[in-house]
Formats: sequence, structure tokens, C-alpha cells
Amino acid sequence: MALDNTDVEKIAHLARLQISESDTLEVAQRISNILNMIDQMQNVDTSQVAPMAHPFDATQRLRPDVVTETNQRDQYQKIAPATQDGLYLVPKVIE
Amino acid sequence: MTWETVIGLEVHVQLATQSKLFSGSSTRFGAAPNTQASLYDLAMPGTLPVMNEEVLRMAVSFGLAVDAEIGQRSVFDRKNYFYPDLPKGYQISQLDLPTVGRGTLKIQLEDGSEKIIAITRAHIEEDAGKSLHEDFQGMSGIDLNRAGTPLLEIVSDPDLRNAKEAVAYLKKLHSIILYLGISDGNMAQGSMRCDANVSIRKKGDTEFGTRTEIKNVNSFRFVEKAINYEVQRQIEILEDGGRIVQETRLYDSDKDETRSMRSKEVANDYRYFPEPDLLPLVIDDAFIEAVRATLPELPGARCQRFVSQYGLS
Amino acid sequence: MLSKTVAELATALAKKEVSSVELTQAYLDRIAQLNPALNAYVTTTPELALSQAAAADAQRAAGNATPFTGIPVAHKDIFCTRDVLTACGSRMLANFTSPYDACVVERLQSAGAVMLGKTNMDEFAMGSSNESSYFGAVHNPWDQDRVPGGSSGGSAAAVAADLCAIATGTDTGGSIRQPASFCGITGLKPTYGRVSRWGMIAFASSLDQAGPLSKSAEDAALMMNVIAGADARDSTCLDIPAEDFSAQLNQPLTGLRIGLPREHFSDGLSSQVQEILQLAIKTLESLGATVKTVELPNNHLSVPAYYVIAPAEASANLSRFDGARFGYRCENPVNLEDMYKRSRGEGFGDEVKRRIMVGTYALSAGYYDAYYKQAQKIRRLIKQDFDTAFKDVDLILGPTSPHTAFKLGEKNSDPVTMYLEDIYTIAVNLAGLPGISLPAGMLGGLPIGMQLVGPALSESRLLNVAHQFQLNTDWHTQRPEV
Repeated sequence: MALDNTDVEKIAHLARLQISESDTLEVAQRISNILNMIDQMQNVDTSQVAPMAHPFDATQRLRPDVVTETNQRDQYQKIAPATQDGLYLVPKVIE
Repeated sequence: MTWETVIGLEVHVQLATQSKLFSGSSTRFGAAPNTQASLYDLAMPGTLPVMNEEVLRMAVSFGLAVDAEIGQRSVFDRKNYFYPDLPKGYQISQLDLPTVGRGTLKIQLEDGSEKIIAITRAHIEEDAGKSLHEDFQGMSGIDLNRAGTPLLEIVSDPDLRNAKEAVAYLKKLHSIILYLGISDGNMAQGSMRCDANVSIRKKGDTEFGTRTEIKNVNSFRFVEKAINYEVQRQIEILEDGGRIVQETRLYDSDKDETRSMRSKEVANDYRYFPEPDLLPLVIDDAFIEAVRATLPELPGARCQRFVSQYGLS
Repeated sequence: MLSKTVAELATALAKKEVSSVELTQAYLDRIAQLNPALNAYVTTTPELALSQAAAADAQRAAGNATPFTGIPVAHKDIFCTRDVLTACGSRMLANFTSPYDACVVERLQSAGAVMLGKTNMDEFAMGSSNESSYFGAVHNPWDQDRVPGGSSGGSAAAVAADLCAIATGTDTGGSIRQPASFCGITGLKPTYGRVSRWGMIAFASSLDQAGPLSKSAEDAALMMNVIAGADARDSTCLDIPAEDFSAQLNQPLTGLRIGLPREHFSDGLSSQVQEILQLAIKTLESLGATVKTVELPNNHLSVPAYYVIAPAEASANLSRFDGARFGYRCENPVNLEDMYKRSRGEGFGDEVKRRIMVGTYALSAGYYDAYYKQAQKIRRLIKQDFDTAFKDVDLILGPTSPHTAFKLGEKNSDPVTMYLEDIYTIAVNLAGLPGISLPAGMLGGLPIGMQLVGPALSESRLLNVAHQFQLNTDWHTQRPEV
């Protein structure tokens, strides 16, 4: 499976990754190589096999509906890039 | 030319639990920004979700109230997209195996007749935080208190045929969730949110026309007005020989019109896949019966009882 | 003193041959001396360590010592440590002081362990050589022109060079076992779900597991006793009764049935490594074990399946690194999209970005069935292969890695070449089984390990076999001259 520059740009956008134009070709080639390796899976007949999401057959545990967290805003926001009045500040979306 | 309107409603109900869906943060309304945002709610690295049992009970109680199939094995999925009010960069939701399957809701029309609306499904998912777009030196302020609050998303089949039916459906849904005590259903405050999918087709056609999704309608009255506006807008376009663009539109209550949200038109590839940090949610018949036993008498049933007990009509 | 095992140090501390403060200071001195060349540690925490050591000595004096009281440990920089830099080998978190402790860190701290610092690693645990770290490569203490393995390269080098008594690591596709092999130490990846992932920065959620890198199997058992066990904060952590992983260490090996996978002992494996493994097998046979060939017919699919599943899960796990609430934010973002793209573009290294893109692609519309879903099906086939094999044998023995440590820079031209380093370890993660690598010999002056894999929850058995092997050989006592 070979990716071209348009594919790379599309995926990079979905993943919100800045890839420079000069790097795009190399990224396309390297990822295509990886995909070629992955394509070895395609020849295997898995029509009778169910996908396995977890290695064991357990089910989800439930927790009681109780408030266990306290307000730690000051501590958590010490490491934030930008805050004001307790809000996290980010650049605006362009509409 | 006789046109038929086709409406399907997606209603997000904020469930009235004490703590959030996957974290032990309080869900109390009106707290100072980010004072109810735990490590998990902030998507700090290394944090993990643990399921709130009351959310499951509430979802199942809703399912029983609308005679729905209960998904005895349901699975959570990640819905991936980037937005500042979505700290993990994905929302934990349910795609193929929701907790509540197909059900029905009976509505009463203005002429006194009844109509059955099919409910496609209802699934559990996390709510997002809030973006405040007031001017913080050209920035937006993000409050994650609401992030992680449990939602039940209730999807109807496209069975509604006009704005009045849509409102009747919403009002019935509203009364059910209040009676069950699973939400305060306050549209103005956002604990019940309605998105309407609206399309039109020539009467007699079996295929659906292109639909638009109307968001940001926060009262029953506005739902009615928004749908009526949109239907009229679509009719005018088609009668002029134009095409309906599949898009999301916002309802502007001041101008009483719907407006295209062009920025959201870029097709979102959500890349759903099963949530690896959670295991399948399995509930047995005993659990379902235990929930059934706690259900209050529902409005429809009470009405019927009055009729048969007291001979009311 | 510094080359002693945890078990030996616990005895020395109990006998007051040394205090924890003295021991800790000795390690700190050695780190100051050797770390500049090895780059095993990203952060050292001398003040914290000495205060913890003093507290440990006080606990001991009060009669409250446990095996880990006062033992100096190193934590892979993937474990959140409260108020201490937790960088995960990345520029993205180069300024991230964690507001909380991981479960593994909490438990070792409660057991009285002393934290010397945070060890270097491949960025976001993605790598097999520790060359992708933002903080520079780690050098193998056995030959500083060579890699220590990855992604837990810093922890492995620290243990091998006696820069700590024992270290924590994580293993998603071999990241504890392979560096253990390259550095001549013992490394255990527990059964998936044995150890809580709370506070362990996620790479691939359904594959990641925390475990010990140690000087001996006995030490690994001692650390497992502290870190393993149910944790309500991790839904995937098994809620099973506590186990003493050292209780079976001295069981005799009579009757032990060992499986040798035909696929591992094929032409692809060098004759030199085969020779080493054959000698190791002879040792185990002399202790009462028998061997037979087993088949893992889908093993060759494990690398492709892994390189879909792991990047796919990682692509979502790493979406939270967006410059908004913590971590790296680019300078002067002009709008939201710019903040996302440049913070992530600049904050992540090339291998991380590649894997995010592969994962995003594998999950994207139109490709999900062919890639992700197919990989999850193959995952089930791989697990079934092991289940079938374990009907006839108690554990499986094979190479950990195809060769000894390669030179720095040798495998960087093509990511796929690097991925094939994990050919013997990856299937174990896909199947969620426990695996241990222990030193089995030397080739050209470099250590090489062998891997033992067991059925789910069989760590005690694996540790028992490894311990008996280590009682009868001395590969694990070899230390590099640094």
C-alpha cells in the first residue's frame, strides 16, 4: 500500500501534526514501508475468527456513585501553559 | 407539489448522578471553573476511567420505560476528534453495542390520536467541557467541570412528520426522564439537549431526502420554530431546482432562522474503536429485574389506570 | 556493595552492615560519576532519596522493615512521580511535573523504597534501542558504542551498571525483556492486568504492562510482591487475591515440561545464539526438565498485527498532548489549529509522529476492517497458538532477541528493520501472557538473554525456573566494567 503526499497531509491533519512540505515525501515513503509490512496480514483467512480486544475474558467493574474527588485546581493549574480566573486559555477557533 | 417532512431527534440527557461517568468528581451545577475537574477529567497522562454504577442503573431504567431491548453486553468505544472542551482528544461513547436498543414511545397528537415513535437506541457517553468565547485577550477560556458528566443519547427513528409531533415526542421524553428521576431535563440549563435531523421528500417517495442537522435549540418552542423554518427553507430550495447541502445548522432564536455552521462542515472521521481501558459491560437478567422493581409508575400507565379505575376519558 | 541484589542488600541493611542513607549516597555518587557517559538517568532526586533513606532507617530502627525498606530504586520516566519531572523521553513532557504518583510508585514508596531518580527511555515507549529519547541515547554499559535496548533502556543500563539496586520498566512489545537481554540482567513482563496502569503514561492500553528489571529472578519476585495486585483505579487490573511470588522459588524442576517453538529455532536464528540456548536447555534438563518441540504457526504475523494495534491505540492515547492544559505549547500560536499542529509537531519526535500517523490511518474510514479489525482477529489466533501449546508444556523457552546489542545508529535507516527486533517478544504481549528474560550467555563479550513464557498468571512458575537456573549458572552475576 503506497501513500502519496495528499494521503500524508490528510492523515497529518486528522492527527493534528504539523509535517513540513520537505518532510512529507520522506514520511510518505517510510509509512508506506510500514504499511507494506502490515499487509502481510491480508492473506490470512480470519472469516471464522472473532476480534480480540482484551487478552482475558473479564467484564467491567462498577464503582458506587459517590463523590471522591476534591477541588485541586490550584495544584493542577500550576503546570498549565495559560490560565485566567481558573479557566484554561487556548487560542480561539477560527470560525 | 406535496412535500412530506421527515424528522428524527437526537436527545442528549444529562444523568443526575452525584459523580461523573468515569471519575469521582462532583457533577453539581454552578461550581467555579475547573473546581470539579479531577486528574482524569483533565486527561492527565496515566489516568484511567472507572464506570459509575448509577449511570448503568439509570440507562437501564430508561430502556425499561420505553420497552427497549437492553444490551446485556455493551461496549464502550472511543470517538476521536480534537476540540478544547474534549481534553482526551476522544470521547468515550458507545457505537455498535449500546446499553439500550430499540424501543418505542407513544405520543399524543393534537387531534387526540396516538402515534408510536420508534426509538433506535440510547447509549451512554461522556459530556464535554465548556468553551467560553468571551474575550480573554483574544483567547477562549475552557472550563472542564462539565467534562465527563454522564449523558444518555437517545436517538429516534425518522418517524416524526411535523414540528408538532417533534415537540410532543420531546415533551413525552421529558416527562419520562423526570418521572424516573434520572435527569432534571432542563433544556435552558442544558441538562436536556435536542438536535433535530430534518429532511423533506415528495409525498409518496420512499427514499429519504438529504437531511440537515439543527443544533442549539434549547426550548420546546424553539424546536418547533426551528423545524418549521428549516422545512420551509428546504422546500424553497427544492422548488427552485436547487439541492439541499448535508450540513449542521444552528438555530438563531433572535432572527428565527437556521444558519449554516460552515466550519463544522469538514467531514469528521471519528475513527471509532473499542475503548481498551474499559471492559465489556455485562448485565444479567437479575440486574434488569432489580431495576424494573424500582421503577415508579410511568405517566402513560398512570393515565390508563385513572381511566380504568375512575372511568375518566 | 552496589552490585548486590535486593535480597542481599536487605540482609546487609538488617545486619546493619550499611545504612540506607549510606547505601543511597553511594549510589548517588556512582550515578554522578557514570551517568554522564551512560545517560541512563534523566532526573536524579538526591534530596528526596536521602530523606526517604533516613525515614527508612528510622522505620528499621523501630522494627518495621519490609524487604524493600531502604532499597534504592530507579523508576522508568513513564511512571508519574508527584512533583518530580516525568518526561516520558519526550520534549512534549520535558516540562511536566506530575501532580500525582503512579500506583507502582506509591506501592514501592509505601514499602519503604528510596527513589534515586527517573530513567531514560525511548520516547513514549516507542522503540527498541533507547535512541529516540529527547534526552539523548542511552549507552550500553557493556559497550558504550552500543544500545542498551528499549524502550526501558535507561532502567536496564542503570541496573546493569549498578546505578540502582533494581528498577521499574514497562513492556508493550518487549520493552522490559529486550533491554534485559542486551544488558545482561533479568526482566519480567507480568500477565496483562497483574500490575495497575494507574499513573503509567499510556502507549498501547491493551498491551502495556509494568514490571521489574533486576539483578536476579528472586529480586524480580520481591518487587512483584510490592507492585502487583488489584487497583480500583484501573478497570483492566485483575481483581484477584494477592500472591507471594517468591513462595515457589525453590521448587524443584522435576517434571517441568518445556516447549521449544519450531518457528523460533528455525534458520532465522543465528547458530551462535542457538548454541547458547542449547546449553541453557541442557542446564534445565539436568535440573529435571524435559523438552519438546511446540508450534506457534501464526508467530510471523505478530509483528504486523502489533504494528497496527499498538499505533492505533497510541494515536488516541496521545491525542491529549495538545498544548492546552499541560506539557509543551508552541510559541505564539495564531489560532487553535496552529497550537495543536505545531505543539504536537514540535513536541513529538519522528518515530512517535510516524506511529501516530500509522495508527490514525489504520483506524480511518475505509481501513478499519482491513487493518485494525484484522489485526485483532490475528491477535486471537496468536493467543490460541499459545493456549494449544500450553496443553502439552508448562512453559515455552526461546530467544529474547535475535542477537546481542547492536551499535548506536545501526538500525535507524528504516523503521521496519527496528521493528523486527521484537520478533520473539511481541506475541507475548498480544496474548497477554507473562514473559521473563534472563541472562543465558555471552557472545563476543556481550550478554544475551533467553526468554521463558508461561500461561496467564504463571509468574511464580517462571520466576521459580529462572531462579533455579540462576542458582546453577552465573551469567546473571556478570557485571560490565564501566
